[in-house]
Amino acid sequence: MSMTSEAHDQQGGFGSVQVQSHEALNPAKISIHGLDFFYGDNKALKNINLNFPDRQVTGMIGPSGCGKSTLLRCLNRMYDLYPGQRATGEVLMDGDNIIAPTMDLNALRSRIGMVFQKPTPFPMTIYENVAFGVKLHEKLSKSDMEERVEWSLTRSALWGEVKDRLNTSAMGLSGGQQQRLCIARTIAVRPDVILFDEPTSALDPISTLKIEELIDELKHEFTIAIVTHNMQQAARCADQVAFFYLGEMVEVGSAADMFTSPREKRTQEYITGRFG
Amino acid sequence: MSGAAATADLRPGPAKDERVAKALGSRRKRANMIVQVLCILATVIGLLFLAAILFTLIYRGFAGLHLSVFTEVTKPPGSGGGLLNPIVGSLIQTAIGTAIGTPIGLMVGTYLAEYAAGSALGNAVRFVSDVLLSAPSILIGLFIYELAVAPFGGFSGIAGAIALAVIVIPIVVRTTEDMLNLIPTALREAAVALGAPKWKMIVLICYRAAKDGILTGVLLAVARVAGETAPLLFTSLGNLNWSVALNRPMASLPVTIYQYAGAAYEDWVELAWVGALLITFGVLALNIVARLVLRNRN
Repeated sequence: MSMTSEAHDQQGGFGSVQVQSHEALNPAKISIHGLDFFYGDNKALKNINLNFPDRQVTGMIGPSGCGKSTLLRCLNRMYDLYPGQRATGEVLMDGDNIIAPTMDLNALRSRIGMVFQKPTPFPMTIYENVAFGVKLHEKLSKSDMEERVEWSLTRSALWGEVKDRLNTSAMGLSGGQQQRLCIARTIAVRPDVILFDEPTSALDPISTLKIEELIDELKHEFTIAIVTHNMQQAARCADQVAFFYLGEMVEVGSAADMFTSPREKRTQEYITGRFG
Repeated sequence: MSGAAATADLRPGPAKDERVAKALGSRRKRANMIVQVLCILATVIGLLFLAAILFTLIYRGFAGLHLSVFTEVTKPPGSGGGLLNPIVGSLIQTAIGTAIGTPIGLMVGTYLAEYAAGSALGNAVRFVSDVLLSAPSILIGLFIYELAVAPFGGFSGIAGAIALAVIVIPIVVRTTEDMLNLIPTALREAAVALGAPKWKMIVLICYRAAKDGILTGVLLAVARVAGETAPLLFTSLGNLNWSVALNRPMASLPVTIYQYAGAAYEDWVELAWVGALLITFGVLALNIVARLVLRNRN
């Protein structure tokens, strides 16, 4: 059941926005305490405290450069690839601190997967693309692997379109199909958490809709965090929404609360389009 | 027209003075035509030289192209003979040189692209590789002579192969690094995000994505060393008899051409032309085959 609500504002209107009905938020799967992030000497994230509720969608919104993608990439330690980037603080999942140096990165990434803005199929067949991640972590028999590939592609709403051409190159798929392939590739590993970094900003509206529907189904099995520039998308998809500005988390709350009665002035201004 | 009238008439529109506009226009057209003619002339001159070389090679080379060239070894002037041992010797030394040089070049190129981007050591390695790339090949020959011939008391086919490997390495380094740098960062991050350790990301994803370019680089290197003469003069020396032993002097096409071309004997000169033809068209065939293979794959 969804509600239509007006965001309160003095001048001009953002219009009405469809939000999900008010679900209670589940206990946290990942919880962040006092996280700071540095690009060299530049402090890009300041004292972030945020919980990601288990098997629900957390949307992260904010203007360009506010740090939301930076925060997302902290969760699977992508910054380790680049010297000069570092994080301090605590990011806890199931009792382990993700950003501690002792964390096993390959194991971490098998539990937290990521889908990027630009679809990135590997230069191999569709089957090999989906099987790639699985082979890194598990030893499956051929029939088990085929089952896993079929399961992943089915859950990504791609199976019907590719089941007859699993052995053709993945580069021949359309943009929307490639992105769904990337999603299939990510869930094939059976992670606990999936991170989406602006997954539909490079796609047409129909593909965007398909992927949003997908996220709505996936959240029953996976905890999801999604960074998006599109506020309507956050309102449609997210259970919890966090608003970021200039490296700080300004406000967090359920999607219904954030879009109907935000507490902070800056949140209200961003949502009604006064800036950003 | 008087000054007052010229400044008063500032409405936008076509030039008021038709003659000036026309003169400027035709001067522009003339300059354009002159430069065009010069460019075409330069192209024609360049192609003319190329055509002349190819034509001479075909004309002189085909005259001596008999089956015996491929079945008989080199013999003293006047007793016929062919080019079997130089052909086989070239094939062996090129193959071994490429087999030694390619893995080394591949690993250095990978190091430069994936591990050392921007670092001082990486820049130094790249610089040295580029210097080696344009080093005179005779210096490489002399260097390998000091290393692999003098201490062992004799010229050898393996020393020739090593000299060719030293020429292959910087070519493969350069093309491998360039091809790997073309791979978008997003692809690498996608592999890492699935849990791939760095070496698997490189081998399973980067190499696969860059393989066509790297293969082209290797073929370029082969084409280059197939015709190198100077490094072989000081390492494998050449051999007028049949020999495939790597620890003995070994014949090669470029060295044989060098020995035969200046000789006073007509049959040797004819064989030199045939040898030149074989090298040129062998390399041409290699390039064509490579292009066809790569195009079919895509």
